[in-house]
Amino acid sequence: MKLTRLACSLFTVALCAQSVPEISFDSAPNLLKLPERTNLGEVPGVATNSKGHIFVYTRTGVPYAAMGGSRTFTHGGSRLFEFDQTGKYVREIGQGVYGFLFAQVVRIDPEDNIWVVDRGSSLVIKFAPDGRVAMLMGRKPEAINVGGGGGRGGEGGGRGRGGPAALPGVGTPGDLFNQPADVAWDSAGNIFVADGYGNARIAKFDKNGVFIKAWGSKGTESGQFDTPDSIATDAPGNVYVADRGNKRIQVFDNDGNFKNQISNVGAPWAICISPGSHQYLYSSNSNEVNNLDNGEIYKLELDGRVAGKFGRAGKVMKEFGSVNEIDCRRANELYVGEIGNWRVQKLSLRQ
Amino acid sequence: MQTSLRLSLIALLLFGAMPYFAQTATLTPAQMRAKAKAQNVPEIPYEAVPNFLKLPPNLYLGEGIGVATNSKGHVFVYTRSEDTRLFEFDQKGNYIREIGEGLYGFAFAHAVRVDSEDNIWAVDEGTNMVIKFNPEGRVVMVLGHRPESVFGIPITPGFGAPPPAAEPYTFNRPTDVAWDPSGNIFVSDGYGNSRVVKYDKNGRYIASIGTKGSEQGQFNLPHTMAADAKGNIYVGDRSNARIQVFDDDLKPRAIYDQVGAPWAVCVTPGPHQYLYSSNSNPDNNNSEIMAVTGEVYKMELDGTILGKFGKPGKQAGQFSTIHELDCRSENELMTAEITAWRAQKIILHPKKQGSNGK
Repeated sequence: MKLTRLACSLFTVALCAQSVPEISFDSAPNLLKLPERTNLGEVPGVATNSKGHIFVYTRTGVPYAAMGGSRTFTHGGSRLFEFDQTGKYVREIGQGVYGFLFAQVVRIDPEDNIWVVDRGSSLVIKFAPDGRVAMLMGRKPEAINVGGGGGRGGEGGGRGRGGPAALPGVGTPGDLFNQPADVAWDSAGNIFVADGYGNARIAKFDKNGVFIKAWGSKGTESGQFDTPDSIATDAPGNVYVADRGNKRIQVFDNDGNFKNQISNVGAPWAICISPGSHQYLYSSNSNEVNNLDNGEIYKLELDGRVAGKFGRAGKVMKEFGSVNEIDCRRANELYVGEIGNWRVQKLSLRQ
Repeated sequence: MQTSLRLSLIALLLFGAMPYFAQTATLTPAQMRAKAKAQNVPEIPYEAVPNFLKLPPNLYLGEGIGVATNSKGHVFVYTRSEDTRLFEFDQKGNYIREIGEGLYGFAFAHAVRVDSEDNIWAVDEGTNMVIKFNPEGRVVMVLGHRPESVFGIPITPGFGAPPPAAEPYTFNRPTDVAWDPSGNIFVSDGYGNSRVVKYDKNGRYIASIGTKGSEQGQFNLPHTMAADAKGNIYVGDRSNARIQVFDDDLKPRAIYDQVGAPWAVCVTPGPHQYLYSSNSNPDNNNSEIMAVTGEVYKMELDGTILGKFGKPGKQAGQFSTIHELDCRSENELMTAEITAWRAQKIILHPKKQGSNGK
């Protein structure tokens, strides 16, 4: 124990991460009851609302490209389902909408609006609690190139579509996204979009969707990003960005000024911040889809101190397959959406 | 000049008349390659159950790719229809339900198998996935990963170009799945890769064997696979026209190369296990090759050939490119056939023949 402390003080923080306490936890069996003819596919997105209803944004069905005269039109491939707090199926939202191509995340704001981020259509779609589209951010490309293939995200973190930009990943000022990854809000309702796989920036909008500013470009310096994959805000309005490719969480103030970074929790695929007087930050060091390495989820204080960790990559219950979103509306009752295991797990952490 | 013309004419005549000469020594080089080496194999009498599967109105099978039965005798058919779909029928062939309707992992069916706990496993060659459904029909485990649509259409390597390096949890057009008695999972992978991969029952990678080639332990299209009660794995190495046998640790043990190209193999359960292998007629309907293929062999596990049955053709009781065989019952087989859009129930009558009785 002494030796561990010594090691922590002498060597890197990353080394200390090896000795963080394990948090024991359970996973609720048979959580979601799906209708007979409905199946989940990959589950990159899961979130709960104030009533505890569970929203699941899943890559299911068959994505397809229809041939046009000189373009290819892409449709389908993702669906959004709502379940009640017991896991009973309630309804499908947005069936057949124009923008559901390649699910990324779903988030619920304080007014129970349902926000969907779609990486394929590069859209952020706000649904009112009744399930109707209330606001749209971004525009689905008229034609999505499906012919080139191979490169990550097509443009591979390049200049972003819509016009020339000074630095790779800066994108255009406004809400034309390039494979966005996540959305968050501060207490004033300002909207922060992590954008994303194509661009490498954080874009800030007011609550009406008016562009305020964006920061970031592709790179490894402070304030630069390599796949900003997940985003969350705390009560004072600080912005936590999971800079997945750079294996760090960068913390910014509400105006995008860099404050500090947390770099001892692996590659953060998914982060969330619990509400209440004592807020916690959760971060998943998820496995890539072609391995079962890592996979543990960290519980941190907002200043970056690691309180504990739990889980590992795998396919059975209480193991994780490429967790892409964590819901922590309740600090010790988490929902995780798994790309690799096509499921949602509800986790109860023991104190 | 005249002589060579005459020779050409004779060759043409021979070629045209080939189906009639197929059982004689006059074979074309292509036929020589396709015809099973086994000689004087006794015929096992058999019959097909007429119209076994009853489909509801407006439901059609496409290419019969996969067929399997569970412990109750229910029949699962995995078919390339408008979409790839998985149907369940009862033991009398009555339609029960569809499983995995609209599933993200279904694009191009390749095999369906049912394990000892009646879980249903689908191998999809189009999405590069192996999907385990529990008996209720819900997905409980997936192996492999569908290529992500945001990356566009994958670049197809040129003909003959080597595929990218194989990775533990990623398949390249997988073909089949099998389990040993302790539940370890074996996946034959496949058209792109040339290997067999072993996972533990929880889907954790253990080992793999195989590269593309024709040496022992190499594959040229591992297309079908079955395990026996001791955990030996029988891999239909189709384009090498041989069955390769491995022990449970994937160490090569034997090669059976007398029964043509194994498109579909299965191993019966019970104290005395048998191996069936189909030397299927080609799916390009080439009549030249069709004339010397299309039969199914029954073997002891050590490769001793006991008998054969079947002929290629479009009529009931004939075989149209068998793609999967189910032999949960030794003398009541199910076939899935590509070029006839059907699955047939076949009853063997080996007792009439003497040496093949139980």
